[in-house]
Amino acid sequence: MNLWNKLMCYSRRHSPWLFHMNGGSCNGCDIELIASLTPRYDAEQLGVRLEGSPRHADILCITGPVTHNATNAIKTVYGQVCGPKAVVAIGSCPASTNVFIDSRTLEGPLNKHIPVDVFVPGCPPRPDAIILGIAKAAEILAERAAKKLPIEPVVMPLIGPGCGGACACGTSTEAKTEEVTQ
Amino acid sequence: MNLTTALARLLIFPGLLFAVPAAWFLLWVERKAVARMQGRIGPPFMQPFFDFIKLLGKSMPPRSGIGGLLMRAWPLIALSAAAGAVGLLPVLPASGGFQGDLILLLALLELPSMCIIAAGFSSGSIFGEIGSAREAVLSVSYNIVFLLAILSIAASQHTFSLAALAQLPASPLRWLGIAAILVCLPAKLHINPFSLPNAEQEIYSGPMTEYAGPELALWELSHGLEWVAATGLVATLIAPAFTLAWVAALIFVALSFAIVLLLSVVAAATARLQIDTTVRFYWQCTLIFAVLAVASALFMRLRA
Repeated sequence: MNLWNKLMCYSRRHSPWLFHMNGGSCNGCDIELIASLTPRYDAEQLGVRLEGSPRHADILCITGPVTHNATNAIKTVYGQVCGPKAVVAIGSCPASTNVFIDSRTLEGPLNKHIPVDVFVPGCPPRPDAIILGIAKAAEILAERAAKKLPIEPVVMPLIGPGCGGACACGTSTEAKTEEVTQ
Repeated sequence: MNLTTALARLLIFPGLLFAVPAAWFLLWVERKAVARMQGRIGPPFMQPFFDFIKLLGKSMPPRSGIGGLLMRAWPLIALSAAAGAVGLLPVLPASGGFQGDLILLLALLELPSMCIIAAGFSSGSIFGEIGSAREAVLSVSYNIVFLLAILSIAASQHTFSLAALAQLPASPLRWLGIAAILVCLPAKLHINPFSLPNAEQEIYSGPMTEYAGPELALWELSHGLEWVAATGLVATLIAPAFTLAWVAALIFVALSFAIVLLLSVVAAATARLQIDTTVRFYWQCTLIFAVLAVASALFMRLRA
């Protein structure tokens, strides 16, 4: 790999521009995605920028269980994003249609329609989990553009309440101490 | 000698070799200052450079026909005009060669916004057209004040030559003109109280909606060069004349930095105004002062 390719790979990892799309979401995940850009989490430290146009974006962030109405829009917007690109499915809805499963208005899950790179589970996922997912997607995007790898979906670990102590958030120990005091 | 100095100015300082890194630096300062004002940490130092490189490596949507050709051309014209405007700035003490004057500098500063208007209309996107219409309205509003301010400076100092203006000591009237230019800069650079053409929560990215990849990289770079040229114009008008080249260059850079900080702080502290409020602001509030400045400049010239 020569110097220019190395620089390009590094730049792609450090400048993920997002386009956010709602595929029939309840707005919970959308709020968390915006929260990841606010002062408390500040995803701009990683170079993340929320773009207004899908033409500018590298990473397509899709929330929601993919309703009948949203299907064609999602496919169109996926086509409008210029390559190399990656797709992050935010929340449990695009991964499995969540509590809306078997609804006659749904066409989900998302990977029936477009290839998904990263699933960020949670209902809604915490902003730190979303940032982790975006960073992973940027890494995948840079590697895939350099080496022409096939798309293999990655499921991110659950962070926050319900993680069962799998992460360092400390919620499980807090819950235990609460039970003990009660 | 004259040709070499002219080329050195256009290509090295304050031309391309200096202006491109300076454009990235000023874009970073703007983003960082807004982030700090909002209590965030903000992007890393090399961020605009990484963005530029990444955009160069992206694919472009297919374009065909005259419309497609025009869409390819607009960012190039905007970029070369902005680079030319930076190259004209009289940062270093005059040493012969091509110097240009205020009128040429104004024309070059105006070309990128003309290109943005044309780009939005030739993209055929409804959001691009709305953005271009807004940019056109905005440009008609602030340019009257901007031109009157420049005119008042030129009239008060009896010259349109940039090098002469940079050498002369600032008169009180020039400070009035500089204040009027500073009021126009947020509209010229599309930042916050007047960020109407690229209002991303309303009309996606305005005229830039259909641009992608290397074309967008050129637009970003030309926007950065516009920052360098516009803040540099104010910096050269404020800066006292120095015969030592490196002192003059250092003061120029420091002043540009301070002006960018000021503009970014104003941008972070304000919300976007409506289009009619913006037009009213420039035509009703600011125009009176600009006309007063020109009138007093002419009056003083008659008395002298």
